[in-house]
Amino acid sequence: MTKISLTVDGDQVSDDVEPRMLLVQYLREKLGKTGTVIGCDTSNCGACTVHLNGTSVKSCNVLAVQADGGEVTTIEGLSTNGQLHKVQEAFRECHGLQCGFCTPGMIMQSVDLLNENPSPSEEEIRLGLEGNLCRCTGYHNIVRAVQHAAGSTS
Amino acid sequence: MTAVQDAPAAEIGRDRRRKEDERLITGRTRWTDNLTLPGMLHLAMVRSPFAHARITGIDKSEAEQSPNVVAVLTGADLGEGQGVNINAWPITPDQVAPVHVPMPTDRVAFAGETVAVVVARSAAAARDAAELVDVDYEELPAALELKAAAADEVLAHPDLGTNKSAYWVFDSAEAGTGGNVEEAIEKARSDGIVIEREYRQQRLIPAFMEPRSVVVDPTGEQITMWSATQIPHILRFALAATTGVPESKIRVIAPDVGGGFGGKLQTTPEEFIAWAVARRLGKPVKYTETRSESLVTAHHGRDQWQKLTLSAEKDGTVTGFKVELLADLGAYVAIVGGGVPVLGAFMFNSIYKFPAYHFACQTVLTNKAWTDAYRGAGRPEATYGIERMMDELAVEVGVDPLEIREKNWIKHEEFPFTTVAGLEYDSGNYEAATARAKEMFGYDELRDEQKQRRDSGDPVQLGIGISTFTEMCGLAPSRVLGTLDYGAGGWEHANIRMTATGKVEVVTGTSAHGQGHETAFSQIVADRLGVPFEDVEVLHGDTQVSARGLDTYGSRSLVVGGEAIVLAADKVIEKARPIAAHLLEASVDDLEFTNGTFTVRGTDQGMAIGEIATAVFAAHNLPDGVEPTLDSDAAYDPVNFSFPHGTHLCAMEVDTETGAVKMRKYVACDDIGNIINPLIVSGQVHGGLVQGIAQALWEEAVYDDSGTLVSGSFVDYLLPTAADTITFDIDHTTSPSTTNTLGTKGVGEAGTIASTPAVVNAVVDAVRHLGINDIQMPCTPERVWKAIQGAGGGGADSTEGAAMPHFDQAEPGQDSTEGAGS
Repeated sequence: MTKISLTVDGDQVSDDVEPRMLLVQYLREKLGKTGTVIGCDTSNCGACTVHLNGTSVKSCNVLAVQADGGEVTTIEGLSTNGQLHKVQEAFRECHGLQCGFCTPGMIMQSVDLLNENPSPSEEEIRLGLEGNLCRCTGYHNIVRAVQHAAGSTS
Repeated sequence: MTAVQDAPAAEIGRDRRRKEDERLITGRTRWTDNLTLPGMLHLAMVRSPFAHARITGIDKSEAEQSPNVVAVLTGADLGEGQGVNINAWPITPDQVAPVHVPMPTDRVAFAGETVAVVVARSAAAARDAAELVDVDYEELPAALELKAAAADEVLAHPDLGTNKSAYWVFDSAEAGTGGNVEEAIEKARSDGIVIEREYRQQRLIPAFMEPRSVVVDPTGEQITMWSATQIPHILRFALAATTGVPESKIRVIAPDVGGGFGGKLQTTPEEFIAWAVARRLGKPVKYTETRSESLVTAHHGRDQWQKLTLSAEKDGTVTGFKVELLADLGAYVAIVGGGVPVLGAFMFNSIYKFPAYHFACQTVLTNKAWTDAYRGAGRPEATYGIERMMDELAVEVGVDPLEIREKNWIKHEEFPFTTVAGLEYDSGNYEAATARAKEMFGYDELRDEQKQRRDSGDPVQLGIGISTFTEMCGLAPSRVLGTLDYGAGGWEHANIRMTATGKVEVVTGTSAHGQGHETAFSQIVADRLGVPFEDVEVLHGDTQVSARGLDTYGSRSLVVGGEAIVLAADKVIEKARPIAAHLLEASVDDLEFTNGTFTVRGTDQGMAIGEIATAVFAAHNLPDGVEPTLDSDAAYDPVNFSFPHGTHLCAMEVDTETGAVKMRKYVACDDIGNIINPLIVSGQVHGGLVQGIAQALWEEAVYDDSGTLVSGSFVDYLLPTAADTITFDIDHTTSPSTTNTLGTKGVGEAGTIASTPAVVNAVVDAVRHLGINDIQMPCTPERVWKAIQGAGGGGADSTEGAAMPHFDQAEPGQDSTEGAGS
């Protein structure tokens, strides 16, 4: 067991974890942050995407111990003071989700994409979301949602 | 009592944002795998690495000693308590089907089948210990390739004596719905056109994003099962029917379910094993599959060979169509199983007026994962077959492929139309949908560009693909299902409860897993009862809340479930009417119900339905003999299927030097009758399109020579990404259904059914001048390039040969893309 301390969605947390425990397992099993989900065996689908120190990572591809001392934001910590993040709002507005299983990862990746490039072209959006699979939407309305968020003021 | 207010805007037809989304975009979700119960144990499955083998010994001792392991159980340990995975649709009386025990004791029939289950205090401990279970196998020859299996060269289940499960035939001459197809073909051979083709429907994997998960809690008076399923009601029935527990002691809950596409229309071995283990140990258990387990063992879809013969007069008027199918069932006959190709039997004639038709399907057992419904279920296969053939006919006659379709399709003034397959299409307008699609597409301009590229010898050629599809959905009239020997009915149930505060609870027997039922059904009820959209709560997916239902598949939720809700709402109004009359001191005959309020004709006095609900709750002042409730149940059995249709046009660019294909434009004009929520409909169409396009271009479940699924991860099974897909142009024409009150038609599967042939027709059209008339799906650059090189018929070399060798460290090229197989 290794002791780790980190900030998750603004809260300080500290736990003893097995060195092999993945960050996504830590979030779900230790912290009950079940908003972040697991869709594949590793790193193929992006459903588990969170932000680690301000950048998107697939939390199935990061060990919990690697997040020691870091700051993690999940889909559950994205809204502030009860206000939805503009990307969350855009996904609802543009019907960018159906079953919603890929949505946490898709939103976290979209936020990261817009942080890096506030005015992306359609192609840049599509390439930026390439690591996140969705089986319901055909991506059409997800792309619209990111465009909508890029065009709206937060 | 309130004065009459202005009519609210109609909810039906509005692009309401979804009620479901607030939770889903904030991570406040209830996926089955999110559930944790006190003392809950975790399961890991020990699975066969062999496609076909005898189990000669299972040594559990090392696993049992592993830390935090509670039990290791085999099929023999669980015995009859594990129940049976049932086939609900024996398509012929003499269908041959192996008994499907969730965990077999003596023999495994596909790679991935469970032979033992480890129960431990954590999922990690269970999985660690599963590695320690030592199973001895005696490998048996496996039936893998469909045509060879159909010839009974190797038996998938030796005790059955054959791989041939059922042979199902529809013949229009015998049914009295048309002429004799053999005569039509014979005549055409002498003075007309006969086109013969064989097409492959590759094996696909539904690949819902949420892996299947099941939690069973046996600690209450009722045993509760949470499952990532499309069919909680059918699951409860199957558990009761095969494990000896009465239905009244079983509660099945489908909480948030992350997609299904038919893939969760199954009662699975894993559900039944979890059920048996929980009952045996008396503790809550959870099993969540890994993605690779999902790809290997959750049911697959399609997998057919289609032998097609079309006869026509010289001018292109079709005189007969003959369909001979081979369909791979996999190792077991799944819950719908052989019924999937049978659903296609009524659709190969599509939108056309064929005078003679013959359909025959042989279902075949193999040692691969079982197959069942995948989005479209039978209709995509049929639509692919006919729409590819209509293009071939157009080439033969020398006319535009739209012209050959128009020559043969049912004209809009001919509805209702009884087809050669015996279905009555209630409404449609193929001319209007096609005209709109052509306009959106810029059909003539793209044809001009195609000609220019041909003439200039451009290495990048342009192809235009057409799919004028229809389908049958809204499963289904129970009487029709009865004549097809399906094991259940096709009705749906609804219950509407008026709460004391005037809110409305709508309980539906359908079970959403991403479709947006809560929003769309709220719109229907808001209009019907005249209450605010926000005041309607839709409840589903829990057999203790929704006691009766037949769940969600076959584009049935709106056209069947929605109609049950309409009936229940109307009953609420009729129950409220005498009470309103009493409270308003008026005659029932003088009351009108509009916009949610009963008014007395000729006065400004009225009473809203919510106010009546409150009065009924108090029950202080009701007419004599009136029940103190407005709550109403209704069950609806559809009188017919629903027949959406549409015209899809696709432009593909094909690089003749590399075989690379690129989608340039895709236009869909679907006629799905009246639309409840255009935003939800657009999502259904977009998502459906991409699944159909993916069959045409990317996806294939590939097995190696020993029966191992080599496309067993999302790296190997190519789900499209945002970067692979384009923005679509969609629109609608409207021919309301005449067989239901809302005038709606199903839309859940339409995009998938229509798009596959549109894409392949476009790819073939781009290179037809090079002498190519077929490219086997998926149309990978390799296959396209080989077809262009003339290296193989339609580039149809099996993908197996190109698959990377797996698990053999001695083989070169393990980490590169070179050295691609033998």
